[in-house]
Amino acid sequence: MNYDRILIRYGEISTKGRNRKKFVDKLRKSVRIALASFPKIKIRAERDRMYVLVNGENVDEIIKSLKNIFGIQSLSPAIRVEKDLDQMKEAALSLVKSLYKEGQTFKISPKRSDKTFELDTSGINHTFGGYILENIPGIKVDVKNPDINLKIEVLSEAIYMSCENILGAGGLPVGSSGKAMLMLSGGIDSPVAGYLTMKRGVEIEAVHFFSPPYTSERSKEKVIDLAKKLAEIFGSMKLHIVPFTAIQQSIKEQIPENYSMTTTRRFMLRITDEIRRKQEGLAIITGDNLGQVASQTLESMYAINDVTNTPILRPLLTMDKNDIIKIAKDIDTYDISIRPFEDCCTIFVPSSPKTKPKKEKVQHYESFFDYEPLIQEAVENTEMLTIRPDSKEQPSEFDDLF
Amino acid sequence: MIYFDNSATTRPYNEVLDSFVKVSSEFFGNPSSLHGLGLQAEKLLTQARTQVANLLSVKPTEIYFTSGGTESNNLAIKGTAMMHKNKGKHLILSSVEHPSVRGAMEQLQKLGFDITYLPVDQYGRVMVEDVKASIRKDTILVSVMHVNNEVGTIQPIAEIGKLLRQYPTILFHVDAVQAVGKVHLNLTEDGVDLCSFSAHKFHGLKGTGALFIREGTRLGPLLSGGNQEWKVRSGTENVAGAVAMAKALRMTMVKGELGIEKMKRVKSLLREGLARIDDLTINTPLENTAPHILNFSIKGVKAEVLIHTLEQTGIYLSTTSACSSKKQLPSQTLLAMGVPDDLADSAFRISLSYDNTEDEARMVIKAIEKGAKQLRKVMKLHEL
Repeated sequence: MNYDRILIRYGEISTKGRNRKKFVDKLRKSVRIALASFPKIKIRAERDRMYVLVNGENVDEIIKSLKNIFGIQSLSPAIRVEKDLDQMKEAALSLVKSLYKEGQTFKISPKRSDKTFELDTSGINHTFGGYILENIPGIKVDVKNPDINLKIEVLSEAIYMSCENILGAGGLPVGSSGKAMLMLSGGIDSPVAGYLTMKRGVEIEAVHFFSPPYTSERSKEKVIDLAKKLAEIFGSMKLHIVPFTAIQQSIKEQIPENYSMTTTRRFMLRITDEIRRKQEGLAIITGDNLGQVASQTLESMYAINDVTNTPILRPLLTMDKNDIIKIAKDIDTYDISIRPFEDCCTIFVPSSPKTKPKKEKVQHYESFFDYEPLIQEAVENTEMLTIRPDSKEQPSEFDDLF
Repeated sequence: MIYFDNSATTRPYNEVLDSFVKVSSEFFGNPSSLHGLGLQAEKLLTQARTQVANLLSVKPTEIYFTSGGTESNNLAIKGTAMMHKNKGKHLILSSVEHPSVRGAMEQLQKLGFDITYLPVDQYGRVMVEDVKASIRKDTILVSVMHVNNEVGTIQPIAEIGKLLRQYPTILFHVDAVQAVGKVHLNLTEDGVDLCSFSAHKFHGLKGTGALFIREGTRLGPLLSGGNQEWKVRSGTENVAGAVAMAKALRMTMVKGELGIEKMKRVKSLLREGLARIDDLTINTPLENTAPHILNFSIKGVKAEVLIHTLEQTGIYLSTTSACSSKKQLPSQTLLAMGVPDDLADSAFRISLSYDNTEDEARMVIKAIEKGAKQLRKVMKLHEL
């Protein structure tokens, strides 16, 4: 079937009152970014829906890309037909035929916005339903539970017909809910936490702690690869790489071993908060998941969270590990996350970290040494990368070899 | 020199050799090493894989580097047999496959697998009905080449793929070694699960190739060891070879846009010119054949002798395929097509690259005509 457009229905945006225009603009931007590799398409955004005019590009590929965009509730490939009964009949028949399998049922759902059209809704039902019944032997009508629901919309400029209703990713368009910093470690959880927050419309910048020579170039590469995956959603993403070696070494020297992990987390949070302030973010996102490891007990969170009153978003808090892994696989970050390289959290791990650290104790231990200069130095020397999704056009240092 | 034996092997592009030398000398690290040199090598390998995948419109995780067409074919066939022998032990192949497909299957036959050869019609083409009729409950693999290496016939891959979609437990292997850069193949739309490539057939280097393994398809490895290539093909990766292959493939695809049309012109000129020679029969069908292969027989002329005669004037072509010509057996493909023994025994194959010209074609026609005449005279004297 030669569809010429894809109809996009907005999800929750439709209920967002006066902000709607802003939401639609963000969604339009997301759609344009996602469909950048289809130069011939045109996007037409209207108040209640958006159309992607296909102009000869591959419809299936476009739908595949659209399915990942936040803010789309559902989409339907559609065709535009002139207001000519014969043309309409042929189009309706070939649409239904392209989907029909033996024994299936159908119905017609007309919507007649153009009240001057020659047929009324029951006339449309009769005319096209009858034509389909005559031409597809064996097909039956079922108005309650049809296998194929042929929508015929009569608008003033033309007729639109569609059969399929494809579920979108839901959520809100990225960037419509402000900006937050994602603490991106390289593990399975943090990319998923970032993804889920982006789904609610939040634009994210990632912060990664890098401790050479304790962590290798490869672990940095791994984080960059994860960031590339997340960058696909918005077209690009900032990644802040914090040099963390000096701090980790001094923690190792100064803090009792069973509290070193708590202090490390506290400093990471403080540094992230500093970067957030500079970048004008409004929250910090972590992949914390209650009870998974020592740093993720409520007592730990309480002791760590002490260093800031910036909202800490923990989208994975209540999830089971298996559900997190499932999402990680769906968004293609799982295979990257399980690459076997150390990250800053796995080195210097004490053999028996406190699972119930006390806030007062950790404050006491930290009071013997002035960490402030080290923290400021780390913030100042943080490297900011702009990460773009992998694409064929992206230059690499080796391009002359290829 | 007129090199008309590009199905045997091609001359590597200079740019490809440059890449190979540069990677071998400057980025010699082992991709599995932890240090920076290893990382560089790994990046190069990843970029090579991504480029090959993009050029073939598949995912990078579906490209496995191998040592060439023979290994890819063996891995596809024996790997399927090892992994899926509990589902069934029946394998199907066409009767005009490359020896590396046929040989792998015959080896499995000795291990208790059952194989069915698909017949071909007079054009050397497999018929989809025959594939359908050969399928059994215990069939696990169908292997059909894309372009026949001896006569150039294009097999109905899309149609076979469409048929096999109805049998989700049967894997479909395509040997596309002769097709790359000459005949378009859509691995995804055509329902291909496994597809073999060899770099030296498209101006890359010998000892490099790839097997496309569709996502979710599992194979047993032929080589065990350090678990490289996602455990499917152990052995330290040939990074320089993979980079060189990626470059060769890109250059081939770019040149192919004009090159294929040029090849077609050279081939049709050859076809018309050769057809006028006495007792010369063109074996390559007129339609649905690859643009670069032309097979013909000259009655009463011993092929090998003419090959050497032409060589003296700097013209290189071959009798049948390079892989079977040493055995001095008549062409299996021609016999399967029903060509009489004496003609199958005196078969020649011309195979072109984008660089061959119409002028070269004219010279070759003349040389063949002259050579054949001379040889026939000698043969007749001999008979007297």
